[in-house]
Amino acid sequence: MQVFKKIGVGLAGLLASLNVFADYSWNFPEPVTPMALDTLHVHNKFMIITAIIFFAVLAIMIYSIFAHRKSKGYQAVADKAPSTAVEIFWTLIPFAILLLIDFVIMGIPAYHSVVMMEDTRDKSTMVIKITGSQWRWQYEYLDGDAKGVKFVSNLTTSDDQLHNKAEKGENYLLEVDNPLVLPVGEKVRILMTASDVLHNWWVPQFGSSRVAVPGFIRETWVQVEKAGTYRGQCKELCGKGHGYMPVVVNAVPMEEYKVWAAKKQEEQKAANEIKEMTKDDLVALGKTVYEKNCAVCHQVSGAGLPPAFPALTGSKIALGPVFGADGKYLKDSHMDRLLNGKGMMPAWKATLNDTEIAAVITYERQALGNAATVDPIVQPAQVKAARE
Amino acid sequence: MSTTTVAHHEEHSDHPTGIMRWLTTTNHKDIGTMYLTFSLVMFLVGGLMVLGIRAELFRPGLQLMNPDFYNQLIGVHALIMIFAALMPAATGFANWMIPLQIGAPDMALPRLNNWGFWLLPPSAILLTLPFTLALFGIGDGALATGWTFYPPLSVQGGIGVDFAIFAVHLLGVSSVMGSINIIVTLFNMRAPGMTLMKMPMFAWGWLITAFLLVATIPVLAGAVTMLLTDRHFGTHFFDAAGGGDPIMFQHLFWFFGHPEVYILLLPVWGFIPQILQTFSRKPMYGYKAQVYSLWAIGALAVVVWAHHFFTAGMPVPALLYFMYSTMAISLPLAVLFFCWIKTMWKGSMSFETPMLFAVGWIILFGIGGLTGLVLADVAADAQYHNSYFVVAHFHYTLFAGGIMGIMAGVYYWLPKMTGHMYNEKLGKVHFWLTAISFNVTFIPQFFVGLAGMPRRIPDYALQFTEFNMISTVGAFILGLSQLLFVYNIIMCAKGGQKATDKVWEGAEGLEWTLSSPPPYHSFNEQPVIK
Repeated sequence: MQVFKKIGVGLAGLLASLNVFADYSWNFPEPVTPMALDTLHVHNKFMIITAIIFFAVLAIMIYSIFAHRKSKGYQAVADKAPSTAVEIFWTLIPFAILLLIDFVIMGIPAYHSVVMMEDTRDKSTMVIKITGSQWRWQYEYLDGDAKGVKFVSNLTTSDDQLHNKAEKGENYLLEVDNPLVLPVGEKVRILMTASDVLHNWWVPQFGSSRVAVPGFIRETWVQVEKAGTYRGQCKELCGKGHGYMPVVVNAVPMEEYKVWAAKKQEEQKAANEIKEMTKDDLVALGKTVYEKNCAVCHQVSGAGLPPAFPALTGSKIALGPVFGADGKYLKDSHMDRLLNGKGMMPAWKATLNDTEIAAVITYERQALGNAATVDPIVQPAQVKAARE
Repeated sequence: MSTTTVAHHEEHSDHPTGIMRWLTTTNHKDIGTMYLTFSLVMFLVGGLMVLGIRAELFRPGLQLMNPDFYNQLIGVHALIMIFAALMPAATGFANWMIPLQIGAPDMALPRLNNWGFWLLPPSAILLTLPFTLALFGIGDGALATGWTFYPPLSVQGGIGVDFAIFAVHLLGVSSVMGSINIIVTLFNMRAPGMTLMKMPMFAWGWLITAFLLVATIPVLAGAVTMLLTDRHFGTHFFDAAGGGDPIMFQHLFWFFGHPEVYILLLPVWGFIPQILQTFSRKPMYGYKAQVYSLWAIGALAVVVWAHHFFTAGMPVPALLYFMYSTMAISLPLAVLFFCWIKTMWKGSMSFETPMLFAVGWIILFGIGGLTGLVLADVAADAQYHNSYFVVAHFHYTLFAGGIMGIMAGVYYWLPKMTGHMYNEKLGKVHFWLTAISFNVTFIPQFFVGLAGMPRRIPDYALQFTEFNMISTVGAFILGLSQLLFVYNIIMCAKGGQKATDKVWEGAEGLEWTLSSPPPYHSFNEQPVIK
């Protein structure tokens, strides 16, 4: 009988711990998509079942440990080797319990969750493409109000905060310059890919997480039910900046989303216009682009982190010629490296627009301690031509 | 008559002394001792690395190291703990105890045995050299991809990746040789009358482990070789641009990697029941059920690999198959847990250090097993995957289930190996410090994982701070308590109270019929099992 008492105590303890499940800081964060809600339910159910198993078995063990002690003079029962039939019967009991739990109590809901999770198309109203690259996310709206909108989302936490030289902000490591904006209540189909290594786009409150694989498209979906700002991180080790590529999503009502989309399309159109620029304008814009995209490896000063990340200050590429006699860019020139990348250096042609590439090349040639005399500046039009 | 026997015996005990004894030895006990010593040293090295990691994670911000160095630490820590600490420990026990337990004079292939061991130190050097050089500012360090080598990151990485690939090759060759040796020994050298179904449970655990190693190590070797050619010879096995697929590597890697979990655990599942029966003074329950369960787990181990990367994207039928097959592992495991506890039930238990470790092992490994069951659920796994929840889970299986099991074995057999009793009081202190600080380290990691902290990040958002601090404090206590373990072992090897042949009151089995320590050559006359 005492065994049952112990089990009772175990269960009471468990019930007390159920309060814990109500408090999300000890559990998954508050779910805001159908999938995250489902995941939380599945998780809570599993946790309760496994906790019951654990504490019941623990109670039996603890009882045995205290009751069947040599120091208390307990004699080992003369365990006659059990007959095979008895042994089979007893060992089949735990087998049967687990069979029921695995394939009925847990297995059936799990089946439905998987089917729901993988159904990316039914009732989806818009498609976005997410590209992971070292170490930023790039978002592209493929249809709907924001069709054609495309931008890069970079960490904005300052270097001083990372190195404990400044007070850390509330959203330390989880803040970006351009968050992804999604309309509330719409099922958004997400196409996921990567440009260099594996990444994983993850927002805990969405319950969806999918690896971004270079060269392949993977799918997932989200349907955010509640307006708000949601934060997450890359979840697949992707190099030294792995901890520094957060995901931030603003879920807004449809009307607000439409306004945002129109504004963004307008901005993008203006930014993509090719116009002649002065050296100072190029350098000024280049500085912003550089510090957002390049400084993480080549450092703000341009000193790099040799041997993995070469210095730009005094670099042959940054000081050497960009264009040949025929006006075309040279192989292994500054332009070639920016557009096409090499080794660890990513290709930027899909990420930055013509003006940004022209600006950052000019910045690297005229700042960071450099003053190139051959091809001192590069114009957006030249980048446009180089792409063709 | 008796004088000739002695002379005969001494002639065989003759062996070189000093370093040559260890370099040239073909004696299973010497080789076992070397494996165990190597394992202990590497356990401390791997532990030191993780203290660096935990120190960095004590508070948000970058304190001690840059992110690249952090990434090297996590990968090398894992490779060392798995390949250079846990696996050699299990092989060391196999060398020491299998011949003693089955009544054989030595292992079947003694020269292979020697070579198997001596491949380990070079591979440990390959593994740690780039890392050590980087500490002195030479080169760009060890692999920074985590222990899983996932391309394209590993294709992008520096020469440290090549070092790790060759280290894994050598370790793999060593493991396969050790496994062949164990299979041959178990099939051919059992004492007369010892049928397979009368073998000690430890021998069964190792037999299945050995088959798993022979089946899966070549796959790992193939995968890392393909990675090597992708890196240097322009092949595109794992590069989509050339028609390859990065996820293909994950399939190959985990085809090895999942059975590897059981490779680390099966030997422990073998000797824990022996410890339980010794200190419960009652034969183990359900011998046959345990053997069949071990086989079932061995078979399931090779067909569930893809649950390690559900989030990489798979068709629905594949997801369902890998989910349900993974859950199925809990069935034989439940039988094993039942048999272990039933062995204790109504025994006459005493709690010397090995028993404390064995009982603590059941409880903590139970947590690892149950959280593993939860991880099998594909939908929930999207949340757990690569979060600290997983880190906590596999430390419950591999530290509690693996290393604490090994510690139980060390305390259990140390008197037999050295001929001296260890310091019981110190052993108990070591157990309680280890068990408590282990939980202080890893329970908070379940919570930060659920709250959304990804693994393998050198710095974290502020909401995770408190739990990480607790975890770091636990890790340092855990690390420092292991010094007691080392001290206890060294003192026990040097001297102490003489151990009897049987050592433990309830010990059963052939190894306890020999003197403590056993003679250089074990059974000169084969025992006969009735």
